[in-house]
Amino acid sequence: MIRFISLAALLLLWQIGASLSDPRRLPGPAAVFEKIYEEAVSGGLFFNLTITLARVIAAFALAMSFGTAIGYVMGRNRLADRLLDPWLVVLLNLPALVVIVLAYVWAGLTEVAAIGAVALNKLPNAIVVVREGARALDPHLEDMAHVFRFSPAARFRNLVLPQLAPYLAAATRSGLSLVWKIVLVVELLGRSNGVGFEINMAFQLFDMRLLLAYALPFVALMLGVETFLVQPLERHVSRWRRGVSRRLDRV
Amino acid sequence: MNDTSHAGGAASLDVSIASKDYHSANGRPLRALEDLRLTLPAGQAGAVVGPSGCGKTTLLRLIAGLDKDYVGTIVLPEHGRLGMVFQEPRLLPWRSVIDNIRVAAPHAREDDIAALLDELGLAEHASHFPRELSLGLARRVALARALAVKPDLLLLDEPLVSLDAALARDLREMIARLIDERRITTLIVTHDLREAIALGDRLYLLSARPAHVVATIDVPAPRRALERETAERIEAQARDAFAAARAGPQRDIPSA
Repeated sequence: MIRFISLAALLLLWQIGASLSDPRRLPGPAAVFEKIYEEAVSGGLFFNLTITLARVIAAFALAMSFGTAIGYVMGRNRLADRLLDPWLVVLLNLPALVVIVLAYVWAGLTEVAAIGAVALNKLPNAIVVVREGARALDPHLEDMAHVFRFSPAARFRNLVLPQLAPYLAAATRSGLSLVWKIVLVVELLGRSNGVGFEINMAFQLFDMRLLLAYALPFVALMLGVETFLVQPLERHVSRWRRGVSRRLDRV
Repeated sequence: MNDTSHAGGAASLDVSIASKDYHSANGRPLRALEDLRLTLPAGQAGAVVGPSGCGKTTLLRLIAGLDKDYVGTIVLPEHGRLGMVFQEPRLLPWRSVIDNIRVAAPHAREDDIAALLDELGLAEHASHFPRELSLGLARRVALARALAVKPDLLLLDEPLVSLDAALARDLREMIARLIDERRITTLIVTHDLREAIALGDRLYLLSARPAHVVATIDVPAPRRALERETAERIEAQARDAFAAARAGPQRDIPSA
Protein backbone atom coordinates (compact mmCIF):
# COMPACT_ATOMS: atom_id res chain seq x y z
CA MET A 1 0.00 0.00 0.00
CA ILE A 2 2.78 2.41 0.98
CA ARG A 3 4.65 1.55 -2.23
CA PHE A 4 1.50 2.32 -4.23
CA ILE A 5 1.03 5.69 -2.50
CA SER A 6 4.69 6.51 -3.09
CA LEU A 7 4.35 5.67 -6.79
CA ALA A 8 1.15 7.76 -7.07
CA ALA A 9 2.96 10.71 -5.45
CA LEU A 10 5.74 10.38 -8.02
CA LEU A 11 3.20 10.45 -10.88
CA LEU A 12 1.56 13.50 -9.34
CA LEU A 13 4.88 15.31 -9.06
CA TRP A 14 5.61 14.42 -12.68
CA GLN A 15 2.21 15.80 -13.76
CA ILE A 16 2.76 19.03 -11.81
CA GLY A 17 6.27 19.39 -13.25
CA ALA A 18 4.95 18.79 -16.78
CA SER A 19 2.15 21.33 -16.43
CA LEU A 20 4.67 23.96 -15.28
CA SER A 21 7.17 23.38 -18.08
CA ASP A 22 7.39 23.13 -21.86
CA PRO A 23 5.64 19.84 -22.85
CA ARG A 24 8.37 19.23 -25.47
CA ARG A 25 10.95 19.13 -22.67
CA LEU A 26 8.86 17.27 -20.14
CA PRO A 27 5.69 15.66 -21.49
CA GLY A 28 3.05 14.66 -18.94
CA PRO A 29 2.26 11.07 -17.93
CA ALA A 30 -0.83 10.87 -20.19
CA ALA A 31 1.14 11.87 -23.30
CA VAL A 32 3.88 9.38 -22.51
CA PHE A 33 1.45 6.53 -21.86
CA GLU A 34 -0.26 7.32 -25.16
CA LYS A 35 3.10 7.05 -26.92
CA ILE A 36 3.83 3.77 -25.13
CA TYR A 37 0.52 2.45 -26.44
CA GLU A 38 1.35 3.59 -29.99
CA GLU A 39 4.76 1.91 -29.88
CA ALA A 40 3.26 -1.23 -28.39
CA VAL A 41 0.63 -1.45 -31.14
CA SER A 42 3.26 -0.93 -33.84
CA GLY A 43 5.30 -3.79 -32.36
CA GLY A 44 8.43 -1.66 -32.05
CA LEU A 45 8.31 -1.51 -28.27
CA PHE A 46 8.18 -5.29 -27.71
CA PHE A 47 10.79 -5.93 -30.38
CA ASN A 48 13.28 -3.50 -28.87
CA LEU A 49 12.50 -4.51 -25.30
CA THR A 50 13.09 -8.17 -26.21
CA ILE A 51 16.37 -7.40 -27.94
CA THR A 52 17.65 -5.36 -24.99
CA LEU A 53 16.46 -7.92 -22.46
CA ALA A 54 18.24 -10.68 -24.38
CA ARG A 55 21.46 -8.66 -24.28
CA VAL A 56 21.01 -8.03 -20.54
CA ILE A 57 20.49 -11.74 -19.88
CA ALA A 58 23.44 -12.82 -22.02
CA ALA A 59 25.86 -10.28 -20.54
CA PHE A 60 24.62 -10.91 -17.02
CA ALA A 61 24.92 -14.70 -17.34
CA LEU A 62 28.43 -14.40 -18.75
CA ALA A 63 29.60 -11.98 -16.06
CA MET A 64 28.04 -13.97 -13.22
CA SER A 65 29.40 -17.32 -14.42
CA PHE A 66 32.96 -16.12 -14.88
CA GLY A 67 32.74 -13.76 -11.90
CA THR A 68 31.54 -16.54 -9.59
CA ALA A 69 34.23 -18.96 -10.74
CA ILE A 70 37.07 -16.41 -10.56
CA GLY A 71 35.80 -14.90 -7.29
CA TYR A 72 35.56 -18.33 -5.68
CA VAL A 73 39.10 -19.27 -6.71
CA MET A 74 40.46 -15.92 -5.49
CA GLY A 75 38.61 -16.26 -2.20
CA ARG A 76 39.92 -19.77 -1.54
CA ASN A 77 43.45 -19.58 -2.95
CA ARG A 78 45.87 -16.98 -1.68
CA LEU A 79 48.25 -17.30 -4.63
CA ALA A 80 45.43 -16.85 -7.16
CA ASP A 81 44.20 -13.86 -5.16
CA ARG A 82 47.61 -12.21 -5.16
CA LEU A 83 48.11 -12.93 -8.86
CA LEU A 84 44.74 -11.69 -10.04
CA ASP A 85 44.12 -8.83 -7.63
CA PRO A 86 46.02 -6.20 -9.69
CA TRP A 87 43.99 -7.18 -12.77
CA LEU A 88 40.84 -6.83 -10.73
CA VAL A 89 41.83 -3.35 -9.56
CA VAL A 90 42.48 -2.31 -13.17
CA LEU A 91 39.09 -3.65 -14.29
CA LEU A 92 37.30 -2.02 -11.36
CA ASN A 93 38.75 1.36 -12.25
CA LEU A 94 38.43 1.17 -16.02
CA PRO A 95 35.55 3.46 -17.08
CA ALA A 96 32.65 1.56 -18.70
CA LEU A 97 32.84 3.84 -21.74
CA VAL A 98 36.50 2.97 -22.36
CA VAL A 99 35.74 -0.77 -22.28
CA ILE A 100 32.81 -0.32 -24.69
CA VAL A 101 34.76 1.82 -27.16
CA LEU A 102 37.77 -0.53 -27.07
CA ALA A 103 35.50 -3.53 -27.63
CA TYR A 104 33.89 -1.90 -30.66
CA VAL A 105 37.27 -0.84 -32.05
CA TRP A 106 38.88 -4.24 -31.57
CA ALA A 107 35.94 -6.51 -32.41
CA GLY A 108 33.87 -4.27 -34.67
CA LEU A 109 30.29 -3.12 -34.16
CA THR A 110 29.11 -6.66 -33.48
CA GLU A 111 26.82 -8.40 -31.04
CA VAL A 112 29.79 -10.24 -29.51
CA ALA A 113 31.60 -6.96 -28.86
CA ALA A 114 28.47 -5.39 -27.35
CA ILE A 115 27.69 -8.26 -24.98
CA GLY A 116 31.34 -8.86 -24.16
CA ALA A 117 31.83 -5.20 -23.24
CA VAL A 118 28.83 -5.23 -20.90
CA ALA A 119 29.93 -8.50 -19.30
CA LEU A 120 33.45 -7.17 -18.80
CA ASN A 121 32.05 -4.12 -17.02
CA LYS A 122 30.03 -6.26 -14.63
CA LEU A 123 32.70 -8.93 -14.14
CA PRO A 124 34.88 -7.20 -11.47
CA ASN A 125 31.84 -6.40 -9.36
CA ALA A 126 30.76 -10.05 -9.36
CA ILE A 127 34.31 -11.20 -8.59
CA VAL A 128 34.67 -8.87 -5.59
CA VAL A 129 31.35 -9.89 -4.04
CA VAL A 130 31.81 -13.64 -4.56
CA ARG A 131 35.42 -13.47 -3.34
CA GLU A 132 34.16 -12.05 -0.05
CA GLY A 133 31.65 -14.89 0.17
CA ALA A 134 34.31 -17.52 -0.53
CA ARG A 135 36.57 -16.03 2.14
CA ALA A 136 33.74 -16.26 4.66
CA LEU A 137 33.03 -19.98 4.15
CA ASP A 138 32.80 -21.67 7.55
CA PRO A 139 35.93 -23.82 8.16
CA HIS A 140 34.07 -25.81 10.83
CA LEU A 141 31.59 -27.03 8.26
CA GLU A 142 34.49 -27.82 5.92
CA ASP A 143 35.92 -30.05 8.65
CA MET A 144 32.58 -31.75 9.11
CA ALA A 145 32.32 -32.38 5.36
CA HIS A 146 35.86 -33.81 5.37
CA VAL A 147 35.10 -36.23 8.21
CA PHE A 148 31.88 -37.42 6.58
CA ARG A 149 33.59 -37.65 3.19
CA PHE A 150 31.20 -35.44 1.23
CA SER A 151 31.63 -35.89 -2.51
CA PRO A 152 32.71 -32.76 -4.42
CA ALA A 153 29.16 -32.41 -5.78
CA ALA A 154 27.59 -32.79 -2.33
CA ARG A 155 30.09 -30.33 -0.88
CA PHE A 156 29.27 -27.78 -3.56
CA ARG A 157 25.49 -28.23 -3.30
CA ASN A 158 25.19 -28.46 0.48
CA LEU A 159 28.09 -26.42 1.76
CA VAL A 160 29.40 -23.90 -0.73
CA LEU A 161 26.28 -22.82 -2.59
CA PRO A 162 24.09 -22.11 0.48
CA GLN A 163 26.88 -20.05 2.05
CA LEU A 164 27.49 -18.13 -1.17
CA ALA A 165 23.76 -17.58 -1.77
CA PRO A 166 23.50 -14.19 0.02
CA TYR A 167 26.58 -12.96 -1.85
CA LEU A 168 25.25 -14.23 -5.17
CA ALA A 169 21.92 -12.52 -4.45
CA ALA A 170 23.73 -9.25 -3.71
CA ALA A 171 25.80 -9.59 -6.89
CA THR A 172 22.63 -10.37 -8.86
CA ARG A 173 20.83 -7.33 -7.55
CA SER A 174 23.61 -4.83 -8.11
CA GLY A 175 24.56 -6.63 -11.31
CA LEU A 176 21.17 -6.46 -12.98
CA SER A 177 20.82 -2.73 -12.40
CA LEU A 178 24.39 -2.12 -13.59
CA VAL A 179 24.11 -4.37 -16.64
CA TRP A 180 20.93 -2.92 -18.03
CA LYS A 181 22.25 0.62 -17.72
CA ILE A 182 25.44 -0.31 -19.58
CA VAL A 183 23.50 -2.25 -22.22
CA LEU A 184 21.66 0.97 -23.11
CA VAL A 185 25.00 2.77 -23.56
CA VAL A 186 26.32 -0.07 -25.71
CA GLU A 187 23.19 0.05 -27.87
CA LEU A 188 23.37 3.81 -28.11
CA LEU A 189 26.97 3.71 -29.31
CA GLY A 190 27.03 0.79 -31.66
CA ARG A 191 23.82 -1.16 -32.25
CA SER A 192 20.97 -0.57 -34.68
CA ASN A 193 18.19 -1.82 -32.41
CA GLY A 194 17.24 -2.07 -28.75
CA VAL A 195 15.98 0.42 -26.21
CA GLY A 196 19.31 2.28 -26.15
CA PHE A 197 19.20 2.74 -29.92
CA GLU A 198 15.61 4.07 -29.74
CA ILE A 199 16.55 6.45 -26.94
CA ASN A 200 19.39 7.75 -29.09
CA MET A 201 16.94 8.27 -31.96
CA ALA A 202 14.57 10.14 -29.64
CA PHE A 203 17.46 12.30 -28.48
CA GLN A 204 18.48 13.11 -32.08
CA LEU A 205 14.87 14.05 -32.88
CA PHE A 206 14.41 15.79 -29.51
CA ASP A 207 11.31 13.61 -28.98
CA MET A 208 10.97 13.33 -25.21
CA ARG A 209 7.73 11.35 -25.48
CA LEU A 210 9.51 8.65 -27.45
CA LEU A 211 12.46 8.70 -25.08
CA LEU A 212 10.28 8.19 -22.02
CA ALA A 213 8.05 5.73 -23.88
CA TYR A 214 11.07 3.42 -24.19
CA ALA A 215 12.75 4.17 -20.88
CA LEU A 216 9.75 3.65 -18.60
CA PRO A 217 8.62 0.21 -19.83
CA PHE A 218 12.18 -1.04 -19.53
CA VAL A 219 12.46 0.28 -15.96
CA ALA A 220 9.12 -1.44 -15.23
CA LEU A 221 10.41 -4.66 -16.76
CA MET A 222 13.55 -4.65 -14.61
CA LEU A 223 11.45 -3.79 -11.56
CA GLY A 224 9.30 -6.82 -12.39
CA VAL A 225 12.37 -9.05 -12.66
CA GLU A 226 13.58 -7.78 -9.27
CA THR A 227 10.17 -8.14 -7.59
CA PHE A 228 8.92 -11.39 -9.09
CA LEU A 229 12.16 -13.26 -9.72
CA VAL A 230 15.12 -12.04 -7.66
CA GLN A 231 13.31 -11.32 -4.38
CA PRO A 232 11.28 -14.58 -4.26
CA LEU A 233 14.45 -16.52 -5.11
CA GLU A 234 16.31 -14.74 -2.31
CA ARG A 235 13.47 -15.52 0.13
CA HIS A 236 13.51 -19.15 -0.95
CA VAL A 237 17.23 -19.65 -0.39
CA SER A 238 17.17 -17.89 2.99
CA ARG A 239 14.02 -19.59 4.33
CA TRP A 240 16.09 -21.57 6.85
CA ARG A 241 16.89 -18.35 8.72
CA ARG A 242 13.26 -17.84 9.65
CA GLY A 243 12.95 -20.48 12.34
CA VAL A 244 14.48 -18.83 15.37
CA SER A 245 11.16 -18.04 17.02
CA ARG A 246 10.34 -21.74 17.17
CA ARG A 247 13.52 -22.67 19.06
CA LEU A 248 12.86 -25.46 21.52
CA ASP A 249 14.69 -24.29 24.58
CA ARG A 250 14.35 -27.06 27.07
CA VAL A 251 14.43 -30.33 25.20
CA MET B 1 56.42 -37.41 8.62
CA ASN B 2 53.01 -38.82 9.34
CA ASP B 3 51.03 -41.80 8.23
CA THR B 4 47.34 -42.52 8.58
CA SER B 5 46.35 -45.97 7.40
CA HIS B 6 43.54 -48.47 7.74
CA ALA B 7 44.10 -51.73 9.55
CA GLY B 8 44.04 -54.79 7.32
CA GLY B 9 42.05 -57.17 9.45
CA ALA B 10 42.02 -55.87 12.98
CA ALA B 11 39.57 -53.16 13.86
CA SER B 12 41.51 -51.46 16.60
CA LEU B 13 42.72 -47.90 16.70
CA ASP B 14 46.46 -47.45 17.06
CA VAL B 15 47.89 -44.04 17.71
CA SER B 16 51.58 -43.34 17.98
CA ILE B 17 52.43 -39.66 17.75
CA ALA B 18 56.05 -38.65 18.23
CA SER B 19 55.21 -34.96 18.12
CA LYS B 20 52.65 -32.41 17.06
CA ASP B 21 53.72 -28.77 16.98
CA TYR B 22 51.81 -25.57 16.43
CA HIS B 23 53.33 -22.31 15.38
CA SER B 24 52.43 -19.49 17.70
CA ALA B 25 51.78 -15.95 16.50
CA ASN B 26 55.43 -14.99 17.05
CA GLY B 27 56.58 -17.94 14.95
CA ARG B 28 57.84 -20.08 17.84
CA PRO B 29 56.86 -23.72 17.72
CA LEU B 30 54.49 -24.79 20.46
CA ARG B 31 54.48 -28.51 21.19
CA ALA B 32 50.94 -29.81 21.74
CA LEU B 33 51.56 -33.59 21.80
CA GLU B 34 54.72 -35.57 22.47
CA ASP B 35 55.32 -39.29 22.46
CA LEU B 36 51.61 -40.02 22.75
CA ARG B 37 50.67 -43.67 22.28
CA LEU B 38 47.34 -45.37 22.71
CA THR B 39 45.67 -48.51 21.44
CA LEU B 40 41.93 -48.95 21.52
CA PRO B 41 40.67 -52.51 20.97
CA ALA B 42 37.87 -53.10 18.48
CA GLY B 43 34.34 -52.59 19.78
CA GLN B 44 35.47 -50.79 22.89
CA ALA B 45 34.94 -47.24 24.06
CA GLY B 46 38.03 -45.31 25.06
CA ALA B 47 37.84 -42.07 26.99
CA VAL B 48 40.68 -39.59 26.72
CA VAL B 49 40.64 -37.39 29.80
CA GLY B 50 42.95 -34.59 30.73
CA PRO B 51 43.15 -30.98 31.86
CA SER B 52 41.58 -28.28 29.71
CA GLY B 53 43.79 -27.14 26.86
CA CYS B 54 46.15 -30.11 27.07
CA GLY B 55 45.61 -31.14 23.44
CA LYS B 56 42.67 -33.57 23.57
CA THR B 57 40.84 -31.96 20.67
CA THR B 58 44.12 -31.74 18.74
CA LEU B 59 44.48 -35.50 19.16
CA LEU B 60 40.96 -36.04 17.87
CA ARG B 61 41.62 -33.80 14.86
CA LEU B 62 44.71 -35.81 13.97
CA ILE B 63 42.78 -39.08 14.20
CA ALA B 64 39.95 -37.60 12.09
CA GLY B 65 42.46 -36.58 9.42
CA LEU B 66 41.64 -32.88 9.82
CA ASP B 67 45.26 -32.06 10.60
CA LYS B 68 48.03 -33.98 8.90
CA ASP B 69 50.92 -31.89 10.15
CA TYR B 70 52.41 -34.21 12.80
CA VAL B 71 55.16 -36.78 13.23
CA GLY B 72 53.90 -40.28 13.93
CA THR B 73 51.53 -43.00 12.81
CA ILE B 74 47.78 -43.42 13.20
CA VAL B 75 46.20 -46.73 12.21
CA LEU B 76 42.43 -46.49 11.90
CA PRO B 77 40.06 -49.45 12.18
CA GLU B 78 39.37 -51.39 9.01
CA HIS B 79 37.78 -49.30 6.17
CA GLY B 80 38.41 -46.22 8.32
CA ARG B 81 34.84 -44.96 8.04
CA LEU B 82 34.47 -42.20 10.61
CA GLY B 83 31.56 -40.73 12.50
CA MET B 84 32.25 -37.66 14.57
CA VAL B 85 30.36 -35.46 17.00
CA PHE B 86 32.10 -32.12 17.32
CA GLN B 87 31.87 -29.89 20.38
CA GLU B 88 29.57 -27.58 18.42
CA PRO B 89 27.04 -29.73 16.54
CA ARG B 90 28.17 -28.35 13.14
CA LEU B 91 24.88 -29.05 11.42
CA LEU B 92 24.13 -27.47 8.07
CA PRO B 93 21.81 -24.62 9.12
CA TRP B 94 20.07 -24.55 5.74
CA ARG B 95 19.12 -28.24 5.81
CA SER B 96 16.44 -29.85 7.96
CA VAL B 97 17.34 -32.40 10.62
CA ILE B 98 16.63 -35.36 8.36
CA ASP B 99 18.43 -33.77 5.41
CA ASN B 100 21.51 -33.17 7.56
CA ILE B 101 21.62 -36.91 8.13
CA ARG B 102 20.85 -37.79 4.50
CA VAL B 103 23.62 -35.52 3.22
CA ALA B 104 26.23 -37.05 5.53
CA ALA B 105 25.03 -40.60 4.95
CA PRO B 106 23.84 -40.68 1.32
CA HIS B 107 23.85 -44.48 1.22
CA ALA B 108 21.81 -44.96 4.39
CA ARG B 109 18.34 -46.46 3.89
CA GLU B 110 15.37 -44.22 4.70
CA ASP B 111 14.07 -46.90 7.10
CA ASP B 112 17.35 -46.89 9.00
CA ILE B 113 17.38 -43.10 9.24
CA ALA B 114 13.78 -43.08 10.47
CA ALA B 115 14.59 -45.76 13.06
CA LEU B 116 17.64 -43.79 14.22
CA LEU B 117 15.62 -40.59 14.57
CA ASP B 118 13.04 -42.52 16.55
CA GLU B 119 15.66 -44.10 18.79
CA LEU B 120 17.20 -40.73 19.59
CA GLY B 121 13.84 -39.07 20.21
CA LEU B 122 14.15 -36.88 17.12
CA ALA B 123 11.27 -38.18 15.00
CA GLU B 124 9.06 -35.17 15.64
CA HIS B 125 11.92 -32.80 14.80
CA ALA B 126 12.84 -34.41 11.47
CA SER B 127 11.66 -31.45 9.41
CA HIS B 128 12.98 -28.74 11.76
CA PHE B 129 15.93 -26.58 10.84
CA PRO B 130 18.92 -26.56 13.25
CA ARG B 131 18.17 -23.01 14.42
CA GLU B 132 14.88 -24.29 15.80
CA LEU B 133 16.65 -26.78 18.06
CA SER B 134 18.11 -26.46 21.55
CA LEU B 135 21.77 -27.43 22.04
CA GLY B 136 20.74 -30.76 23.56
CA LEU B 137 18.62 -31.65 20.54
CA ALA B 138 21.25 -30.43 18.10
CA ARG B 139 23.83 -32.69 19.80
CA ARG B 140 21.47 -35.62 19.39
CA VAL B 141 21.11 -34.81 15.69
CA ALA B 142 24.89 -34.70 15.39
CA LEU B 143 25.04 -38.08 17.12
CA ALA B 144 22.37 -39.49 14.78
CA ARG B 145 24.34 -38.20 11.79
CA ALA B 146 27.52 -39.85 13.07
CA LEU B 147 25.74 -43.17 13.66
CA ALA B 148 23.93 -43.08 10.31
CA VAL B 149 27.19 -43.59 8.42
CA LYS B 150 27.68 -46.87 10.36
CA PRO B 151 31.16 -45.82 11.44
CA ASP B 152 34.11 -48.11 12.08
CA LEU B 153 35.31 -45.48 14.52
CA LEU B 154 33.13 -42.98 16.36
CA LEU B 155 34.82 -39.84 17.69
CA LEU B 156 33.08 -37.75 20.33
CA ASP B 157 34.58 -34.40 21.30
CA GLU B 158 33.28 -33.26 24.70
CA PRO B 159 29.77 -34.50 23.86
CA LEU B 160 28.22 -33.26 27.11
CA VAL B 161 29.93 -29.89 27.47
CA SER B 162 27.70 -26.81 27.99
CA LEU B 163 24.62 -28.89 28.81
CA ASP B 164 22.87 -28.54 32.14
CA ALA B 165 23.10 -31.47 34.56
CA ALA B 166 19.81 -33.16 33.65
CA LEU B 167 20.37 -32.90 29.89
CA ALA B 168 23.96 -34.07 30.27
CA ARG B 169 22.85 -37.13 32.26
CA ASP B 170 20.17 -38.02 29.67
CA LEU B 171 22.58 -37.67 26.77
CA ARG B 172 25.33 -39.57 28.62
CA GLU B 173 22.99 -42.51 29.19
CA MET B 174 21.86 -42.37 25.58
CA ILE B 175 25.45 -42.40 24.27
CA ALA B 176 26.43 -45.23 26.64
CA ARG B 177 23.47 -47.33 25.50
CA LEU B 178 24.05 -46.67 21.79
CA ILE B 179 27.76 -47.50 21.78
CA ASP B 180 27.24 -50.57 23.99
CA GLU B 181 24.45 -51.96 21.81
CA ARG B 182 26.25 -51.32 18.54
CA ARG B 183 29.74 -52.26 19.80
CA ILE B 184 31.23 -49.37 17.84
CA THR B 185 34.89 -48.60 18.46
CA THR B 186 34.51 -45.19 20.08
CA LEU B 187 36.95 -42.57 21.28
CA ILE B 188 35.55 -39.92 23.59
CA VAL B 189 37.44 -36.82 24.59
CA THR B 190 36.47 -35.11 27.83
CA HIS B 191 37.85 -33.01 30.65
CA ASP B 192 35.42 -34.63 33.09
CA LEU B 193 36.73 -37.72 34.89
CA ARG B 194 33.29 -38.97 35.93
CA GLU B 195 32.00 -38.62 32.39
CA ALA B 196 35.01 -40.59 31.18
CA ILE B 197 34.35 -43.38 33.69
CA ALA B 198 30.66 -43.47 32.73
CA LEU B 199 31.37 -43.75 28.99
CA GLY B 200 34.74 -45.42 28.57
CA ASP B 201 35.77 -49.07 28.84
CA ARG B 202 39.31 -47.78 29.02
CA LEU B 203 40.58 -44.43 30.25
CA TYR B 204 43.60 -42.69 28.78
CA LEU B 205 44.86 -40.03 31.15
CA LEU B 206 46.69 -37.21 29.39
CA SER B 207 49.30 -34.99 30.95
CA ALA B 208 49.34 -31.23 30.58
CA ARG B 209 50.89 -29.86 27.38
CA PRO B 210 52.83 -31.31 25.68
CA ALA B 211 50.37 -34.13 26.21
CA HIS B 212 51.21 -37.79 26.49
CA VAL B 213 49.36 -40.71 28.08
CA VAL B 214 50.41 -40.85 31.74
CA ALA B 215 48.24 -43.87 32.60
CA THR B 216 45.72 -46.24 31.07
CA ILE B 217 42.98 -47.59 33.32
CA ASP B 218 40.55 -50.35 32.32
CA VAL B 219 37.04 -49.96 33.67
CA PRO B 220 35.57 -53.31 34.75
CA ALA B 221 32.62 -54.59 32.71
CA PRO B 222 29.72 -54.11 32.66
CA ARG B 223 30.55 -50.42 32.75
CA ARG B 224 26.92 -49.27 32.96
CA ALA B 225 26.28 -51.28 36.12
CA LEU B 226 29.41 -50.06 37.85
CA GLU B 227 29.13 -50.00 41.63
CA ARG B 228 29.67 -46.68 43.27
CA GLU B 229 32.68 -47.92 45.25
CA THR B 230 34.34 -49.21 42.08
CA ALA B 231 33.76 -45.90 40.27
CA GLU B 232 35.21 -44.02 43.24
CA ARG B 233 38.21 -46.33 43.36
CA ILE B 234 38.88 -45.73 39.64
CA GLU B 235 38.47 -42.02 40.16
CA ALA B 236 40.98 -42.06 43.04
CA GLN B 237 43.36 -44.16 40.97
CA ALA B 238 43.13 -41.64 38.13
CA ARG B 239 43.74 -38.72 40.49
CA ASP B 240 46.80 -40.43 41.87
CA ALA B 241 48.11 -40.98 38.36
CA PHE B 242 47.52 -37.34 37.48
CA ALA B 243 49.23 -36.21 40.68
CA ALA B 244 52.18 -38.51 40.07
CA ALA B 245 52.62 -37.11 36.60
CA ARG B 246 52.07 -33.57 37.86
CA ALA B 247 49.54 -33.30 35.10
CA GLY B 248 47.68 -30.04 35.24
CA PRO B 249 45.75 -28.41 38.02
CA GLN B 250 43.38 -30.47 40.13
CA ARG B 251 40.53 -28.05 39.52
CA ASP B 252 40.15 -29.47 36.03
CA ILE B 253 39.13 -32.75 37.57
CA PRO B 254 35.91 -32.65 39.53
CA SER B 255 36.09 -33.91 43.07
CA ALA B 256 34.17 -37.00 44.15
